[in-house]
Amino acid sequence: MSSDTLNLTLRVWRQAGPDKPGGFCDYQLEGVSTHMSFLEMLDVLNEKLIAAGDEPVAFDHDCREGICGMCSLMINGQAHGPDRGTTTCQLHMRRFASGETITIEPWRASPFPVVRDLVVNRSAFDRIIQSGGFVSVNTGNAPDGNCIPVPGHRQEIAMDAAACIGCGACVAACKNASAMLFVSAKVSQLSILPQGQPERAGRVLNMVAQMDKEGFGSCTNTSECEAACPAEISVSHIARLNREYMKALIFADR
Amino acid sequence: MFRVASDTLNSRVPAGPLEQKWDKHRFNLKLVNPANKRKYSVIVVGTGLAGGSAAASLGELGYSVKAFCFQDSPRRAHSIAAQGGINAAKNYPNDGDSIWRLFYDTIKGGDYRAREANVYRLAQVANNIIDQCVAQGVPFAREYGGTLANRSFGGAQLSRTFYCRGQTGQQLLLGAYQALMRQVSTGRVKMYGRREMLELIVSNGAARGIVVRNLENGKLEVHTADAVVLCTGGYGNVYYLSTNAKGCNVTAAWRCHRRGAFFANPCYTQIHPTCIPVSGDYQSKLTLMSESLRNDGRVWVPKNKADQRPPGQIPDDERDYYLERRYPSFGNLAPRDISSRAAKERTDAGFGVGESGLAVFLDFRDAIARDGEDVVRKKYGNLFHMYEKITAENPYKVPMRIYPAVHYTMGGLWVDYNLMSNLPGLYVLGEANFSDHGANRLGASALMQGLSDGYFVIPYTIGDYLAGSKHSKLAEDAPECRAALQDAENRITKLLSVNGRRSVDSFHRELGLLMWDYCGMARTKAGLEATVPRIRALREEFWNNVRVPGEGSTLNQSLEKAGRVADFMEFAELLAVDALHRNESCGGHFREEYQTEDGEAARDDENYSYVAAWEFQGAGNEPVLHREPLVFENVKPSTRSYK
Repeated sequence: MSSDTLNLTLRVWRQAGPDKPGGFCDYQLEGVSTHMSFLEMLDVLNEKLIAAGDEPVAFDHDCREGICGMCSLMINGQAHGPDRGTTTCQLHMRRFASGETITIEPWRASPFPVVRDLVVNRSAFDRIIQSGGFVSVNTGNAPDGNCIPVPGHRQEIAMDAAACIGCGACVAACKNASAMLFVSAKVSQLSILPQGQPERAGRVLNMVAQMDKEGFGSCTNTSECEAACPAEISVSHIARLNREYMKALIFADR
Repeated sequence: MFRVASDTLNSRVPAGPLEQKWDKHRFNLKLVNPANKRKYSVIVVGTGLAGGSAAASLGELGYSVKAFCFQDSPRRAHSIAAQGGINAAKNYPNDGDSIWRLFYDTIKGGDYRAREANVYRLAQVANNIIDQCVAQGVPFAREYGGTLANRSFGGAQLSRTFYCRGQTGQQLLLGAYQALMRQVSTGRVKMYGRREMLELIVSNGAARGIVVRNLENGKLEVHTADAVVLCTGGYGNVYYLSTNAKGCNVTAAWRCHRRGAFFANPCYTQIHPTCIPVSGDYQSKLTLMSESLRNDGRVWVPKNKADQRPPGQIPDDERDYYLERRYPSFGNLAPRDISSRAAKERTDAGFGVGESGLAVFLDFRDAIARDGEDVVRKKYGNLFHMYEKITAENPYKVPMRIYPAVHYTMGGLWVDYNLMSNLPGLYVLGEANFSDHGANRLGASALMQGLSDGYFVIPYTIGDYLAGSKHSKLAEDAPECRAALQDAENRITKLLSVNGRRSVDSFHRELGLLMWDYCGMARTKAGLEATVPRIRALREEFWNNVRVPGEGSTLNQSLEKAGRVADFMEFAELLAVDALHRNESCGGHFREEYQTEDGEAARDDENYSYVAAWEFQGAGNEPVLHREPLVFENVKPSTRSYK
């Protein structure tokens, strides 16, 4: 293993609170190991800031293994940084070169207001799920698991969609701040599975209505969302969402 | 170092044959009339598998529920990171499984330190969990014909594990989260995100509320209810480096312990055998590679010390497949505690691989040759991808390097058969309680326990308590609420005013290293005795020399961490005292003085077949030990053998 280290300039968005003005601050960081994850590099920056008597940079993170969806960050203008199918916590510093300036910003979308520094409020996603992203089955109502057979290939498509981690990168990457990839992942999963059939039409209409109400923009099929998605959710789910929506609007017995 | 109470704790396990206990008990539990349920309020703290499923199910029943989590959304709880699967005794593969066998494997896997009746109930309701999750739309792996698929896991000789690729925890959690969101939309559950519990409110001896800090704006809030359900996970982060999420902490449980709830078996910690090894001192967490990999991967080290050849060039007869050698009938699927110790034995003897020598190989060469790369990718693709991201090595070509790491904690707040702590009205579910895994947890059973507690136990047992409780509504400005609020406020002020020279993280790292070295995979009397004063000294330094920048009235992540580390500093001492008092080896608790000739854990059933439940007496004061004897009416504790 190489013991390479990097010297970096970090240009970080600092904002004291939701209603406070924000701006970029530049920090020099030397001797960054290429084996560090991006968030470990920020940990090192924060230790340095605390030692100097400054306030550390606030950023969201939790599992640090790419599944909880808590971490975010626009890194040099790209949601979760330059690697495909990778969250910020799984991005490693070997991807960068010494002497580089790295610009770090929060998700930029008005439905995700900044709380502080790099932390944003993504509760809009919870409200979209509340509007219909579930199967209405109370605990205790279930028949034996094998009474609901699901063909293997359909289960695979449903699982592809269900893999969404709800991080919001799709919204941040989209020039319209559209949440279509997020919404379509849940609509798609539940429209493919037999369990989702009874509420199929109402679900898609309600979730799209809530998405619009939250202020997310329209989809213009540029697929930036798919390119940024750490769970590699395909835009084909957006196509399915559109079909589901049209069918529900025209034919559904609601 | 501690005092012993003369009482014995009453587990309230109902009488009668094991198979009938739960059914009979449910009949005997009092009911709350459907129209009256909305008059009762319940606080649920934590929204992982246990808390999410509990809050959703209690909402469905009609109770007025308030749910709290410190993350921005309940979907982020660390249950989401569980990879491998969830057990149930469906016997779909027709390989001889039964509720009794799942019960037996779990009791044996826990090294006969769990309560029989709880474990049997867990095995009984496991099948209902699978059905419930399928009905919610959880995309479990399927066979071509559409039926549910199973795979095998450590500590079992059959296939009873249900899974969603390597993301089972994620899918189960999203199922519970969606059920919870549905209740939020009906108004029966009110969800509070980015709230951290700082105090438990006890009124007339019963748990009646909590004090939380709104992490976005720093405001302290009082919430009162008729009962409090704690589902706040385990304490693995006392070791700093673990597979837990960065935010996982012991604070909620410890705050309840300080208010009188007993803490049981804190020394039962699980070191998972297959994690990516530590590299560098900046490392912030360890990443698990699912136990499911051991279905197809073979664990080995070179037979010759310091063999410098690339692993692919070491021929088979110069490899030591030590799990297959030592445990021929379970082989690479030996339970976690045993596999971890076997890895430690080899690396301590100088056979470790990699830069640090603290790693062993997990090799897929034979599986790829047998089944092809595509089949292996379909089963483990996301895990291989994650491994490559972190290490920059391709595990399809070179064997993974793995090493044990702190993963799960079997200990937790003491609860009775109803999952209620010794404080009336305080229920504890999931990893936060101590109840079902004894001294070692088998793979794919944490998800099972969290969901069992939340979906199928608490909905019945809490009704019994509420129906029998006669208390009136507790006002949010009642004296006991104001006092708890004041305590929380004082602590925050104190943390912010130390203004010392060291960061919170530097203290946490130092504590973690101390715990790993002396209270980790192997423990000794001398080491533990030396550790207790060092923990105390570190705690003292913390309160005199920590630097917490910023204010209490804004989002302040240093302050959040400081509160958690302060509690770990107190908790660590109890863990060490518990490990010191238990003069035997069992499951994840390995005292070097107590081992068999071939290095296996040597239990002392005559003297230590009990649950150790500790009562708080003030930080730095000797805790009091209460004991709950373990009674085995159905299985005979024997020396665990996986040979």
